[in-house]
Amino acid sequence: MSGSVVDNTVSSGNSSVAIPTDISGQILDIDEDDDLEVFSKDTTLSDGSSLNASMQTSSASMINQYKFEEEEEDADTKDIFVTVDNPESHVTAIETYITYRVETKTTRSEFDSSEFEVRRRYQDFLWLKGRLEEAHPTLIVHPLPEKFVMKGMVERFNEDFIETRRSALHKFLNKIAEHPIFSSSEDFKIFLTAGSGELTSHKKQGPGFLSRMGETVKAVAAAVRGVRGRPQEFTDMQEYAEAFSQKISSIDKVTQRIVREQKEYLEELKECGPTYALWSQSEEELAEPLKNVAGCVDKCCKETEEQVKHLNDHLIPVLHEYVLCADTLKAVLRRRDNIQADFEVKTEALATKKADRDAMRDELDKVEDRLEWANNALKSDWTRWQKGMRTDLRSAFNDTAERNVSYYEKCLAVWESFLQSQRTDAEGNGNVDFS
Amino acid sequence: MREREMQSRGTDMPTQERKLLLKKMEISVAEAEKRTGKNAVNMQETYTVYLIETRPVDAASEGTNPVPDSLWRRYSEFELLRNYLLVTYPFLVVPPLPEKRAEFVWHKLSADNMDPDFVERRRVGLENFLLRVASHPDLSSDKIFYSFLTEENGWKETVFETGFQAKADSRLKALNATFRVKNPDKRFAEMKHYGDELQSVISQLLRVRARAADRLYGVYKVHGNYGRVFSEWSAIEKEMGDGLQSAGHHMDAYAASVDDILEEEEHYADQLKEYLFYADALRAVCRKHELTQYELEMAAQDLTSKKQQREELATGTIRTFSLKGVTSKLFGQETPEQREAKLKMLETQIEEGEELVKERNAECEEFVKSAWVDIERFKEQKDHDLREALISYAIMQISMCKKGIQVWNNAKECFSKM
Repeated sequence: MSGSVVDNTVSSGNSSVAIPTDISGQILDIDEDDDLEVFSKDTTLSDGSSLNASMQTSSASMINQYKFEEEEEDADTKDIFVTVDNPESHVTAIETYITYRVETKTTRSEFDSSEFEVRRRYQDFLWLKGRLEEAHPTLIVHPLPEKFVMKGMVERFNEDFIETRRSALHKFLNKIAEHPIFSSSEDFKIFLTAGSGELTSHKKQGPGFLSRMGETVKAVAAAVRGVRGRPQEFTDMQEYAEAFSQKISSIDKVTQRIVREQKEYLEELKECGPTYALWSQSEEELAEPLKNVAGCVDKCCKETEEQVKHLNDHLIPVLHEYVLCADTLKAVLRRRDNIQADFEVKTEALATKKADRDAMRDELDKVEDRLEWANNALKSDWTRWQKGMRTDLRSAFNDTAERNVSYYEKCLAVWESFLQSQRTDAEGNGNVDFS
Repeated sequence: MREREMQSRGTDMPTQERKLLLKKMEISVAEAEKRTGKNAVNMQETYTVYLIETRPVDAASEGTNPVPDSLWRRYSEFELLRNYLLVTYPFLVVPPLPEKRAEFVWHKLSADNMDPDFVERRRVGLENFLLRVASHPDLSSDKIFYSFLTEENGWKETVFETGFQAKADSRLKALNATFRVKNPDKRFAEMKHYGDELQSVISQLLRVRARAADRLYGVYKVHGNYGRVFSEWSAIEKEMGDGLQSAGHHMDAYAASVDDILEEEEHYADQLKEYLFYADALRAVCRKHELTQYELEMAAQDLTSKKQQREELATGTIRTFSLKGVTSKLFGQETPEQREAKLKMLETQIEEGEELVKERNAECEEFVKSAWVDIERFKEQKDHDLREALISYAIMQISMCKKGIQVWNNAKECFSKM
């Protein structure tokens, strides 16, 4: 079955208008109740372990599957392509927000079709990330762009902000799609394919507020207690995460500083060209070379502008992503610690309590499995993440260096053509008009 | 290098058989030294002296390399020399001295006169001044200039003995006074206007350039932080470590390279500054023309009024208002004898006046002729020098770009090994 599937269900909820509409013939259905993830109708979940239902049943097989140290993500073997583009503004009585078009092209058999197109808003991405983290607390989910940027008072609907966010959302989905475990997540599939009505109802399933509260309370308790016997390798990871976080933050700051200085340099340079041009108006013989120099300086200005833009659009977003990644690493390690703490508590409890030993032993076995799975998952994903980080940062720095070379090459050409014109002029013996 | 340049420029000069000093003598300001001593008000002061070395041109070509003659001079003596030349040759565009105080500085450059970089650039500027004077068709044969280069002691006294100070004071007064000239030579009026424009635009350019240099310095230096952080980061990475570390070194090199780049640009700024000050010298010549023209016009005006008075006395009509006329109306006419005496006096005055006008006219014409020759010479020199300066600026930019290409290509290689 080929062809694209798009959402054309009509909303029965509150009215919302999409502005502008270039998706002709389709009505976008945005139910504002999406915003409020309220109490789930399903209250049968009593402990946290069933949260991981989807992974529990196949945990053993998953551990075996999760051997992708050898795995190479070839472009050839890539069977799913996701794009995020076309931001559009939506205005309702209560709020204004942006949706993005998410297009999926895939040959995977679990998808009903080979092409999908849906519209999603930032909250939908947040939801997806949350689901993936809940399902796999010790796997590393690529960060989403921040909810709101306070620095520099960027407006939510500023063009640059929207583009930066769109690009980051695009990367996020692609990272998910590349991930061996995440990409086969049901939630991910629904995110990519479901109409907004379908998505809304799916969102309402799953662990509701109460059970998530339960998890949080447990996590806090475990965190307070602390983990006792943490294996050295995870301590090493912790140290790495701390150090990496510091370094990448520094690099992010340095890069931002460079952009600032370049912008200020550009402001001053912009005045040089016109000054040479002004001077040329008072001169006769010198008018031509002065006008020429003015032109050269102006061209170099343009090149500097382009170079700064490249830094801003390419290097800075990547660095920023990895600053957020560093936080994710620390969070993942914390969650692992919490699981271990939980295990340790239950082990102690089993040793001391006399009653309910069978039930407690079952409980303990489950947690032990959970811990083993969590540790292995984390170790594998850590390696995977490091590879990805290396690729991404290497590529970003490489591109920047290349761009800088190109910048200098272009400026070089500008000045060499000036020299050439002066030489020709001299050989022509004086009054050649180059205007 | 500049010497040879100047010498060759000397041979390109118009075919007037002037014995340019530079053709006979090698001149250089070889060194600068700090001295302390008591000044005019008997206070301790620190100042810099510059070593002027001279050597006959032939000596070098003969293969022998005799020790050059040398003497020490301080900046104030250079100023004295220049003031003397200004007064003695008012119709010439006298080469300027390097600036007294560092202006158009950007933050890294010190505005301190004792700063070694400033002293070094001043040394170069002073040498340039001497070479300019020595290659000028008229100035190079001046005796005071020659003794400046060759007689360490007693030179100051010799200068003062010429009595130029007196002329200087009166000229200074006249130049600062405001006066209106009725018929200035159009060319000089245009030149003065050009001088104003040149001064304004070069000042602006120097200001803008200094600010841009400041910013560029910032851009390069911040990259040095990459070096530090990459190095620290490489310590926690396994495969990425080497690539990061070596990339960091290139970032350090990039940051360091800006010092040389901006130092070279300072030479360019100095070349512009020379013509900023030359603009002033040009305007001074135009102003002096105005002065001579004014003095001529005053003399002519005076003569005309005297002639008119004579006419009135002779015909008895009073056309011009004069107190005498009024009083004679009120108190009666003069006696014929009085009128005779007056007429005679006027005749003498008129004769003298005509002589004066002739003199001043000749002065004016002479000034215009000589000054215009030098202005044309100056124009050619300026066009040539500034074009060369622009070319050297382009060469500097090219060099900077080449360095940038090299560093970032190296960095790219390191990154690709990450």
